[in-house]
Amino acid sequence: MTIGVLALQGSVAEHLKLIKSVNKKIDAVPVRTVDELASVDGLIIPGGESTTLRILLDEFKLYTPIKVRVEAGMPVWGTCAGLILLANRIEGERPYFGLLDVDVKRNAYGRQIDSFVAEGDFAGMYVGMVFIRAPIITRVGSDVEVLSELDGKAVAVRQNNVLATAFHPELVARDNRIHKYFCQMVENA
Amino acid sequence: MAVKDNKTNDRKLLNRNLAQMLKGGVIMDVTNAEQAQIAQAAGAVAVMALERVPADIRRDGGVARMSDPKMIAEIQNAVTIPVMAKVRIGHFVEAQILEAIKIDYIDESEVLTPADDAYHIDKNKFATPFVCGARDLGEALRRIAEGASMIRTKGEAGTGNVVEAVKHMRKMRTQIAEVASLLPEQLATYAKEIGAPLDLVRQVAKNKALPVVNFAAGGIATPADAALMMQLGADGVFVGSGIFKSSDPKARAEAIVKAVAYYSDPTILAGVSYGLGEAMRGLDVEGMNEADRLAKRGW
Repeated sequence: MTIGVLALQGSVAEHLKLIKSVNKKIDAVPVRTVDELASVDGLIIPGGESTTLRILLDEFKLYTPIKVRVEAGMPVWGTCAGLILLANRIEGERPYFGLLDVDVKRNAYGRQIDSFVAEGDFAGMYVGMVFIRAPIITRVGSDVEVLSELDGKAVAVRQNNVLATAFHPELVARDNRIHKYFCQMVENA
Repeated sequence: MAVKDNKTNDRKLLNRNLAQMLKGGVIMDVTNAEQAQIAQAAGAVAVMALERVPADIRRDGGVARMSDPKMIAEIQNAVTIPVMAKVRIGHFVEAQILEAIKIDYIDESEVLTPADDAYHIDKNKFATPFVCGARDLGEALRRIAEGASMIRTKGEAGTGNVVEAVKHMRKMRTQIAEVASLLPEQLATYAKEIGAPLDLVRQVAKNKALPVVNFAAGGIATPADAALMMQLGADGVFVGSGIFKSSDPKARAEAIVKAVAYYSDPTILAGVSYGLGEAMRGLDVEGMNEADRLAKRGW
């Protein structure tokens, strides 16, 4: 099984390292081209700047191939910027993939000085959560399962093969449980 | 239900984490809201707000200071990406002012005129993250000990000449490899030689990497320059005068963003370099008066 990490910008190395730590049989590879995308069974869209990522995804013609694969059932996981790109609606701007029935608001907690860490449940596990200039999910569609909440708002959600977290599990270096959860999704797909 | 757990000792980590989010990206110098929007639309991961780009600071002379908070606020309101701004080396009150206006990252920069000829800012006292320039491993680790959560090469800002940035990046990589090859009992002497704290030297020896993200800066003017720095091991690049001093800033900004994302693909690099127009004029660093060198500022 091979999991790809979209490697245009952002926390790519961190995701690759944690996926590789899950299990020797699971390989993790960076994805920059359509050919590389074709070789993976699941895709992670990492944290980074979503404005940068959408420009590069358009420019290098990855939008349609990713959308087609996810619609055909390939598991995808977006962290922070990845959540913004997957959402059906983004406050004040055009949505990108529109593969996840939620509304999001970017930089909703404020600027860097308002970045914070939290702890809480994720699908029955107690995990650390790192929020860096994070988005907020302002609406959750009826087919979307909420996996984590903070202050009454969803911060991790899943709709079938689409997983998204407003926080960054890839920044909690010694904990690969959420990566394991995603690998399980890919395994079962 | 999750709970916020905002302990103060998490700040350092959160600040290093923001730099991790910027990896593989381009941070662009901008002098007004319009340029900031051009930078964001071209795919910049952050902008550096300043009144004059380094090439103009060189030309104008005089004392270069922190920018007017009004101008910085206009840029903050114009974009969604992080906004950085520069303070003079050692000028902790300029840093306090930038923290008060919630700047996302502070650059304690040799491009401005130093305010203290002996000491840098005690950056551990701030909640806002700092990036600092370094020419070698010792300088980088001194800045990290003071609280910097991101490092960049100094290069020679405002010259459009990449030679110094290359020199600094190679030096850093050579020294990291050197540290990694030493025996534990050799580390204390090495730390003393490069003027760096022993605990950080030990960390570098163990991880074979700096404890924070390391960008390239100073003299990057073309997509090829940016890709060169990435292939030499930079985590991302700062482009100062190189964009808005060129003949077509929008096209150049877009090209450099793509070059950094696809830095190891010569076909793409050729494509983005095609018909870009005139790069900034540039200065030869070799014939430069010692007093005009910005990289030697900082201690």
